[in-house]
This record gives sequence, structure tokens and C-alpha cells, in this order.
Amino acid sequence: MAEYIIETNKGKWEIVVGLEIHCQIISKSKIFSSASTEFGDDPNVNVSFVDAGMPGMLPTLNKECVHQAVKTGLGLNAKINKYSEFSRKNYFYADMPTDYQITQFRYPIVGEGEITIDLSDGTTKKIGIERMHIEQDAGKSIHDLNPTKSYIDLNRAGVGLMEIVTKPDFRAPEEAGAFLRKLRSILRYLGTCDGNMDEGSMRCDVNVSVRPYGSNELRPRGEMKNVNSVKFVMQAIESEAKRHIEVYENGGQIEQETRQFDPATGQSKLMRKKEFAHDYRYFPEPDLPPLVLSDEYINTVRAEMIELPDAKKQRFVETLGLTPYDAMVLCENKEYAAFFEQAAQGHDAKKVANWMMGDFFAMLNKKRLDISQSPVSAENLGNLVELISKDVISGKIAKDVFEIMSETGEDPEKIVEEKGLKQVTDTGTIETIINEVIASNPDNVAAYKNGKTNLAGWFVGQVIKMSKGKANPSIVNKLIREKLDQ
Amino acid sequence: MAIDNQTVRKIAFLSRLKVEDDKIEPTKEEFNKILNWIEELNEVNTDTVEPLISVNDVTLKMREDKVTSGNCKDEVLKNAPAAEYDYFAVPKVVE
Amino acid sequence: MSDITRLTVSETLKALKTKEFTSYELTEAYLRNMENARNYNTYITENAEMALQQAKESDIRYAKGENRALEGIPLGIKDLFCTKNIRTTAASHILDNFIPPYESTVTQNLLDDGAVFLGKLNLDEFAMGGSNETSYFGPVINPWSKDKPLVPGGSSGGSAAAVAAHLCAAATGTDTGGSIREPAAFCGITGIKPTYGRCSRYGIVAFASSLDQAGPIAQDVRDCAILLKSMAGFDEKDSTSCEVAVPDYESFLDGDIKGLKIGLPKEYRPDGLNPEIAAYWDKAAEYLKARGAKIKEISLPHTKYALATYYVLAPAEASSNLARYDGIRYGFRADGQHLDDLYINTRTQGFGSEVKRRIMIGTYVLSAGYYDAYFLKAQKMRRLIHDDFMNAFKECDVILTPTSPITAFPIGDESMLENPINMYLNDVFTVSVNLAGLPALSLPIGLSAGGLPYGMQLIGKPFDEGTLFNVAAKIEVDAKFERI
Repeated sequence: MAEYIIETNKGKWEIVVGLEIHCQIISKSKIFSSASTEFGDDPNVNVSFVDAGMPGMLPTLNKECVHQAVKTGLGLNAKINKYSEFSRKNYFYADMPTDYQITQFRYPIVGEGEITIDLSDGTTKKIGIERMHIEQDAGKSIHDLNPTKSYIDLNRAGVGLMEIVTKPDFRAPEEAGAFLRKLRSILRYLGTCDGNMDEGSMRCDVNVSVRPYGSNELRPRGEMKNVNSVKFVMQAIESEAKRHIEVYENGGQIEQETRQFDPATGQSKLMRKKEFAHDYRYFPEPDLPPLVLSDEYINTVRAEMIELPDAKKQRFVETLGLTPYDAMVLCENKEYAAFFEQAAQGHDAKKVANWMMGDFFAMLNKKRLDISQSPVSAENLGNLVELISKDVISGKIAKDVFEIMSETGEDPEKIVEEKGLKQVTDTGTIETIINEVIASNPDNVAAYKNGKTNLAGWFVGQVIKMSKGKANPSIVNKLIREKLDQ
Repeated sequence: MAIDNQTVRKIAFLSRLKVEDDKIEPTKEEFNKILNWIEELNEVNTDTVEPLISVNDVTLKMREDKVTSGNCKDEVLKNAPAAEYDYFAVPKVVE
Repeated sequence: MSDITRLTVSETLKALKTKEFTSYELTEAYLRNMENARNYNTYITENAEMALQQAKESDIRYAKGENRALEGIPLGIKDLFCTKNIRTTAASHILDNFIPPYESTVTQNLLDDGAVFLGKLNLDEFAMGGSNETSYFGPVINPWSKDKPLVPGGSSGGSAAAVAAHLCAAATGTDTGGSIREPAAFCGITGIKPTYGRCSRYGIVAFASSLDQAGPIAQDVRDCAILLKSMAGFDEKDSTSCEVAVPDYESFLDGDIKGLKIGLPKEYRPDGLNPEIAAYWDKAAEYLKARGAKIKEISLPHTKYALATYYVLAPAEASSNLARYDGIRYGFRADGQHLDDLYINTRTQGFGSEVKRRIMIGTYVLSAGYYDAYFLKAQKMRRLIHDDFMNAFKECDVILTPTSPITAFPIGDESMLENPINMYLNDVFTVSVNLAGLPALSLPIGLSAGGLPYGMQLIGKPFDEGTLFNVAAKIEVDAKFERI
């Protein structure tokens, strides 16, 4: 990809960005308690005595959260640590009932990994994963019900989170965007997190610093907490980088600080500074012995792994002949890819891809439907492509058939049959029409014979029009020329 | 490693405890006495010793992913000094 | 029957079975004792109504022949165990209105075996103390007190005093650095801290999670065996509890000790050791030797560092465990305009001075820049202390030591109050056991010249409580200690 350089009249700068992404783990119960992870219920309903931090309550680890974390770790091509440890991160926070968070500190469950991102110019780049650990989410405060009070709902307190920390490998806002999309796609493929940033089930902290172009130094970074969309992440990087450059170019220094990105202004602002800095006093959680995973367990999870977007994309390109772009689009979403594979089963995969990327997605878009609600089944889309391939209908007729399919959901063969849309390939019938067209257009026949041979196309058009589109164009073409050239 | 008054203030704040101004000095002295006593541990070289985190040689057992608790908001809120509309109520939190 | 409240649990069970008296009558008798002995301040909360109801149900069970292991036995519960619908305070102002909507596993086990709960017993605030003087509800008076009131020891001071004064048939305690054994010694009764992981910690207000263990405090060794059997067991709600079968501890009492190797750690006999307790120690060893045990000197070389190690680790864990008492979800709340003010006012007014001292020390040893020097150092020392015991147990089966270097001291003792370290030093013989996670039992051995009880401590291998009961039963017979 072209380098992203910020040039001012004083010099050239490059950006250094790392991301920390909190992903809510999909599980029925919370990570350290057996209360439900459901959202949208009344306040404090899905709260156990453990979640409320009652005296004497103890955490117990949910097997599924570990399973999901290991799956995710494998999806990030990362090392799964057989030994990991839970720690307490101590700080007072109204949404955190024990006033410490159970997290992992020195020994996370997942170590270094990497994922490949796809950039708009068709190139790819590898982004390093530093680590991933599991921890508990906090509850939520509601500030707008009362002018002088905040209200605390602990339904979310204790839901499992995976925190993924990248290496500071991003050099352009676009790369961070591509990473988040790829990560979301992987998480959704694996079913370990729903990846909805707007609902807060995936939350991103962005660490930005800048340095003179060409240098290797690492300067103090601005940390922006909870940026909640891919677009905002890219904006936050841009605006924060500009802020740093301005400070540096005016002779100032950047202090490492925590900031809040405001989507309304596109700027970040400093979060309130406390008298004393946080001191989290991490120490090993005495209520939970170390987590030890066996090779056998890790291998079992490995065996469950499904094909992830990158591998799928490669296979679509190499064995199904799709363009890298089509393959990428179809693979970004697990459901698209599955639909495509089912539709392409036994048919011309490239044509199926074209149809999906074209009329099919346009139809879903227009009808505002999710692919799972598509009136056109994968099988029927495949059948439609097959009808074209076998010259049963023309591409033009196919568009009409698709139109009907997207209303009724019917099998294209049935539609073609019932509406009599089959192409006419019988030369006798076609010849009859041709003769009629030639007889009623003597002037054009004469012109053709006088050398205006490009009129052949016009004749073909007339014949197909008279056949109501059903005459096979190549047969018509061949017969017309034979007749006119006689 | 003697501690100073500012450290006492910082530790008090991290603990969310108030040490009145006239108690800072005596608190500091008391802490230094205790810390001094603790520093006898430095007589032992522990460079190659693994910290002991868990005495019983157990590894973490895991629970099945089943919902078996919750749905008890009345009991959860029963002891709250201030609960309103089924929420815990606190003075307005300014982010 | 003269006074049915002077019976041990095992005697009481027999009497209830043979219907010499009912549980209801017995419970009434204990409630009367409690009323007459309120000056001891052993109970924070009396549970008369519920207790009588439980006793009634037990009597029905006896009538039907459906009696369980502890059917109708009136117990006192240390007020650190959460008891459903019974106020649970941890002897702190910050929890003085807390009514748990759940039951601790240990007390549930006791209820499931038919026990009757007379009430919640006094203790040092959040179990932090060795004299029961840090309780928000005031000090407990040791029933052995002569001219001036003495402390019962701590932190399970209410439990030990109540058992000694027959204000319950037996009691639960918890032990983080000696909190069962020291008060048992000071009050002339028996208590055992089992192996870490033996009893579930679920529902016990946490002090220092890696050290806390529940155990019984009772009149004699047999009662402790009966009680522990009921209290112990694996609990899936406590990830540190162990899946080790609980044996019938009573069956160990009749074992012999021929050939058993008893270790006497030389480090527990410093030059200045009180000669009275040193003599009792020798005497206890003699008893065992006379019964065929082999006595041998062993070494626990890092003993000297156990207290300092403990006073880093326990406050560190406590500082985190006690963060939750912030005035939001339960307990006492003080006003505050902003959230931080509310936290600070609540905690400053809600906690007593010893608790605050430990929270701050704990916060300090975990804070940035000091973690390695204090906390990590202490964790490493803990490893050395643990390994000392494991090495010693290659040479012996049980370790015999005094429980405490002293007997009960007066409430408000100047030297204890002027320097917290002096109070901490009383735990010198008990804390190592918690650091190593081992089982240890204290039983009375004899009286001081001033007429106050001394205790002997037996330390066992992990999960070998049975051998402790075996050996303790022999010392008990030979020592012929007379309880109140």
C-alpha cells in the first residue's frame, strides 16, 4: 500500500498505532458466575450474589469462556499458553462490585499471533498480536435518569471479555479499519463474539503516536478509550496524529495520557485527571488456582476449527477461479461464504459469484434483508446460473426470472417452465420468424446486401424481440447471416 | 525503604480511607516501624525461588456453561443503602 | 442430669438419642446460659427464635428415628460465616446491618446434618486481631478471667469463650494466622484448622483468601473430629477447595501411636521461651514417647521469617478483599457529595483502626515500585517456609509445638496496644502453618502458675487431620486438663 505520510510545511511524519480490543465472549453464563449473559432485561435481573460482590462470594471459571478464548487464539494464529493465571486489578469503580477486576496479567491465556489484513489497493499486510487475555466486564451506570444521581445496573457485570492487544504495527488509519473488519470477521466465523461495535460487544482502545518519517523512535502515545465504530477509530487516529504533530511542531511535548474521542467533533479530549494516578496493584487472584490446559485439550479445540476467511478466500481464488476482490467480499461474512458455496455447488462458481455480487446483493439491499432472510435460496440461485450455462434461458431472461424469484422464492426452472421462457433453439421456428422479418424489411435487406453488414445486429434484435426474447441469440445470429448472405 | 508523608496520602487515597492531617505523621512512623520489621526478609536471598501462589497443588476446575443463578434482584438489592427503580443509586458519577 | 450444657457434643448426641432430654430443652438451657453470660459479650446476634424452631424439628426427627449426624446440637457460629436471613457483621460497623440472602457452605453442611444455630459469635473485626479487641461490638471476656478481664484470644474469641463457658455445645471458627488455635489455647479448649482446601470458603467473609480456613472449636478432640467431618468437603463453588474424600475422623481417635515420629522444631524454642510453656512442651512429648512414639528434633529453618511474610501477604490480600465494602451495594454508607467522598467517608467511618492499618499496609506492599520488594519477596519466602515443612515431613509424621508463647492477657494491655507488632508476635507459632496450608490442632495442656490455660499445637501433613486427632486424643487423656 502507498505509505501514509502526514506532510506539513515543516516536515514529514508517520504514525504508529496499536489497538486494544475488548470482545465480549459468547457464552450462556458469565465468566465467573452462573448468571445469564442476556442483555435487554430489567436492571439487576441477571445478577448473582457473586456478580454483586457480596461478602464471601467466590468466582468459578466458566469452561465455555476458556474454550471460546482458545478458539479465538487459534483464529489469531497465536500461541495458546498451557499455563495461565488470573490476577486482580484493583481500582474503585461504581460499576465494578468487588472494586477489583479479575483479569489476566503476567500469564495470559493467549500469546503472540498475527493476522493478515486486506487493503483497498489489493495488497495485504500482517499485523502482529501481542497477547490476548480473558477477564470480566463491568456493569453499566445510567446517568440520565436523575440530575444528581447515577444508577447502577450489574446485568453486564461479569460477562466474559477477551482483550486482544496488537503490536504497534499500524501505519495508516485504513490499516486499523481493515484490521477491525478482519478481526470481526474472524470472531463471527468462530462464533466467539458477535463483533457489534455499536452495541458495545466489541470495544476498541486506540493508542496513537507519531514520529518523524524515517525514524525508528517510539514517542509517548495518546490512548483513546472505547471508540465505538470502525469509522471513528480511523477518525480518532487521524485527529490524534494531527494533534501530536501540531504540539511537536510548536516545540511542545506529548504526555502519555488517556483521552476520550468525541465522534460529534471528531476530536479527542483529555479525561479528567485525578490527584493520584491509577495504581492497579495487580496480584495473582487467590480465589482461582492457575489455569492449566493440556496439549490434548488444545488439540481437540484445534480439530474443531473451521476454515477462516483468509483460507477460504485463497481457496475461492485458487480452486474456484474467483477474483481476489470477489473472494474477499464473499469471505468477509461467514453467511455470504456459506451461501455462495452452497449456490456454487455443481455450477459455474464464477458466474454464481457474479450473480451474488450483482443482482443478488442489490436485491437484499433494496429489500433491506439479511442473507438468512433471502427469498432466493442458494440452491435456486445455483439453478438459475445453471439454466444460463445450459442455454435454457438467456442472460436477459435470467434477470426477469430472478426478479420473479425474489418475489415468490420459486424454483427458476418452474418459473421458466410455467411462463414459457425457455429459449427457442428449434431452427424451424426461428427460421419462420427470420423469414417474416426479412419479408417485412426489404429496404434494410437491400442496404445489407449493399455492404451495410453491420445491420445484421439489427436483424438479430428484431428476431429476438418477435420471439419475446426466447430465441437463442447465437442461433439467430448464425441463421440470419446465412439467410442474408444467400 | 522509608515512606514519606506524600506516600501515606497516596496509599490512603488508593485505599479510599481518610487520614487526617494531624495523623499523617504518626501513621507514617507506624508504617515505617512495620515495614522496617518486614525488611528482615531481605536477609534471605530468594533470587532463584519461585513465588508460592497456591498452596494446594490444584489446577483450576471449570464449571459447565449453564445458567443456574441470577433472577433474584430483590435479594441482590435488599441490603443496598440506596436502591431506586431496581438500580443501585450513587451520587452522580462525573466521567 | 445436673447441667446438660456441660456435656460434650458426643455425650449430648448419645443423650438425645436415648431421649434423656430433648433438643428443645437443651437449646433452652443454652439460651438461658447465654442470657446469664451476656457480660462475656460472646454473641453479636442471638438467634433464639430460629434456634428453638430448629430444635423442635430435630426433636421430631429423633422421634421418627430420622436423626442426622448433628441432630439437635446447639452451635455458635462465628459471625464471619454468612447465614441466610441472620445478620452477619464480621464484627464491623461497615456490615452491621447486613443480612445475607445466602448460606455459607460450611454452615449449610452443619444445617444439613441437623445442627441448631444459637447465634453469631463475636470476633476481631474482619478476623483481624489476636485478642478480640478490634470488634466493633466490643471485646469478649475470657471465662478464665480472675481479678481483671482477660482477652479470649482472637480472632475467633467469641467462639472459644462461648465454648469454654458452655454458651454453645461447640462453635465454628476461622483461622488465617492462628485465629482458631490461639483462642482455643487461651480458653482451655480444642480447635483445629484443617488443611487449606478442606473446608469450603464459600460464604465466609474473606480476610486473606490464600490463608483463610474454617474449622471447629469444641470441648474436646472427639467433638472436633465430629464437627470437622460435618463441615469439611469439596465444594464446586470454591475453586480452592479440594476433591479429597473426608474420612470418619472419629475413627482415628482409637488408633495407637507406636512408632509414630513426632518432630519438635528447634526453631520454636528460642532462648527467651517462657519456661512454663517449654516445660509443658517437654511433658507433652513425654506422654507421646511413653506411648511408643519416637520424638525427634527437626528443623524449620525459615521460621523466623514467617511472621513478616504473613504480615505482607495477609494485608495485601485483605486490602483487595475489603475493597468491596464501599457503601454501594450493602452495609453502612456515609454521605458524600461525589462518589469518591462517599467511598472515603464510608470506609473511614465503617472500618476500625486495625482493619484500616492492614488495608493501607496491604495497599502499600502491592503498589507500583514496591510489589517486588515486599509482595513478591513474601511469596518467595512463603515457598521456603512451605518447603521447610515438606522437608520436615520426610523425617516425621506430626510436628508438636506450643500454640502460643503466652497465656491470655488483660483486655487493654498497654504493651500490646502501643505497638501493633507486639500483638502480631503472639502468632509466632501459628502463622507458618497457614502459609504452608497445613492442618494444625490446638488442645489444652495445663495451667500456668497464674491458673491460665496453655495450648499445645500439632501440625500434620496435608489432609492428614486424622493423625492429628489420633495424637491429640492421646495427649488429651494423659494431660487430664480440667475445663471450666
